[in-house]
Amino acid sequence: MRWEHFDHGADIGVRGIGRTPAQAFEQAALALTAAVTDPAAVRLQETRRLECKAPDLEALFYEWMNSVIFEMSAERLLFGYFAVDIDDHHLIATLQGEVAVPERHQPAVEVKGATYTELSVAQRSDGLWCAQCIVDV
Amino acid sequence: MDIGKLKREANFCWRLEPTGAMRVPGILYADEALLRGMDDKVFMQLSNVASLPGIVKAAYAMPDAHWGYGFPIGGVAAFDAEAGGIVSAGGVGFDISCGVRLLLTGMPRERLEAFKPPLAHELGRAIPAGVGSTGRIHLTETEMDEMLTGGARWAVSQGYGKQEDLERIEEGGQILHAKPHSISQRARKRQRDEMGTLGSGNHYLEVQHVTEVYRPEIALGFGLRAGEIVISIHCGSRGLGHQIGTDYLGEMVQAAPSYGIHLPDRELACAPIRSELGERYLGAMRAAMNCALANRQILTHLTRRAFTEYFPESRLCLLYDVSHNICKEEIHLVDGKPRQLFVHRKGATRAFGPDHPSLPDSLRAHGQPVLIGGSMGTASYVLAGTADGEALSFSSACHGAGRAMSRRRAMGQWRGRQLVDELKARGILVLSPSMRGVAEEAPGAYKDVNAVVDLADRAGLAHKVARLEPLICVKG
Repeated sequence: MRWEHFDHGADIGVRGIGRTPAQAFEQAALALTAAVTDPAAVRLQETRRLECKAPDLEALFYEWMNSVIFEMSAERLLFGYFAVDIDDHHLIATLQGEVAVPERHQPAVEVKGATYTELSVAQRSDGLWCAQCIVDV
Repeated sequence: MDIGKLKREANFCWRLEPTGAMRVPGILYADEALLRGMDDKVFMQLSNVASLPGIVKAAYAMPDAHWGYGFPIGGVAAFDAEAGGIVSAGGVGFDISCGVRLLLTGMPRERLEAFKPPLAHELGRAIPAGVGSTGRIHLTETEMDEMLTGGARWAVSQGYGKQEDLERIEEGGQILHAKPHSISQRARKRQRDEMGTLGSGNHYLEVQHVTEVYRPEIALGFGLRAGEIVISIHCGSRGLGHQIGTDYLGEMVQAAPSYGIHLPDRELACAPIRSELGERYLGAMRAAMNCALANRQILTHLTRRAFTEYFPESRLCLLYDVSHNICKEEIHLVDGKPRQLFVHRKGATRAFGPDHPSLPDSLRAHGQPVLIGGSMGTASYVLAGTADGEALSFSSACHGAGRAMSRRRAMGQWRGRQLVDELKARGILVLSPSMRGVAEEAPGAYKDVNAVVDLADRAGLAHKVARLEPLICVKG
């Protein structure tokens, strides 16, 4: 289980890798936080629950990313923990984090939205799931 | 990119012949060096745009064109609603009506020097910037509707700025036919605390000085004099615009097949202008444009207040305010006949030439000011629209340099604190809540804005008028 960033001209690619699609989604969300600040520096003080539905896994990932971005933006929250359950393209998640503190988090950018560019959710040849897209910052 | 695919039409003008699904050619304004620096994906994206229904004349790439989403950044395309033309949420992008406004101080640089550090501090305090910052203005639902329909005109009516500012803003500061009810609750919620905030990334407020004047007559007409201080504000429609982009991108991707539109790339998400969805998007996008204009107007007010602390006599007149991520309904000449077109400019600046009816009397003789943003350590420019621009690019020019390097690579290469110190040694004070943000926005991570602006001038898209360099930079 891990997350990583990949390059895109002006923006950032977020990628989550895990044993299940749900784990890959969780990791990708951590990559999203890491585009802004160090996820380990986020205190887990606030809890939010999220639900998304979509016709397929790719569309669900796009919805998931945009739902997390909305929560971050509307309440200036940063999340350091994500627990995701996916059942038949229906996602339920618990997010934990805190309101951004500029002095402590030194937030680098605000994420505007997830894009369809490089969007994919797929099982790799090693059996691990990989979920990714470019986010506009 | 491989320029073998292009035909040289004229000096600095290259043509990509229509092939496959392309309905019109692609036209690129660049020299060989700029073309070679462009990603191959610019070609692909330009071809994709050229294949969209109702496109008129050509899909254009400005000298700063680079790989974007759906449209290349630095892309211009006009569509005719009566010929099945489309409006594209992807073509406008997330940062709806992101733009630049320039304020004139009439003050010589020497006058600023003694007050530079305290003024920088005051601006840093007065201008909410960066992730997590909130504005001091919180709108009720009714007030938000008024802002979304009134734009900068609404802001002035609330005491932010002066009546005379309005004639120096695109469309007099208010975009008509905005439909606040076409905006989701999510978009409204994202905007709740964001009025009068700068944002982050490449957005900034800079105190600059005019270091060179290229066309003295136009510069004089614009009120730009070598050695004088100006202020540049670069930002957009904040969370509201970002969410509108997100909402409609998704909806247009889903709906495209029902309109018989084939999307070669989902980021080109679009709908016919004459459709319920197309009209709804236009209404929402125009409201976001008003939000951006109101936001820059409020930031202007905050800037004036900060300036008055140190320079009580300062007036800070507005030179101009123009957006570079938009779709606007404009009349253009096509084969000698005026046609009503929906012009998308994605990372491209409108550049109306002299005598254009939309320009205020005070600017009409000179052409529209075209404001080109730089980055912390580099120059910004003021250009003026040309008469030739109409035939060349539906009166459009470049918008900035564009990134040469990803954020990740920039972060690996520079340290924010070190950059701040280096820029300070060069006389540029940088204020930012995030040193990582500063590193990601390092001047060296951007392409050479000088080359882009020179090309725009030589190709005739806009005349180079003045060069500006930063002295104080407030970054998000």
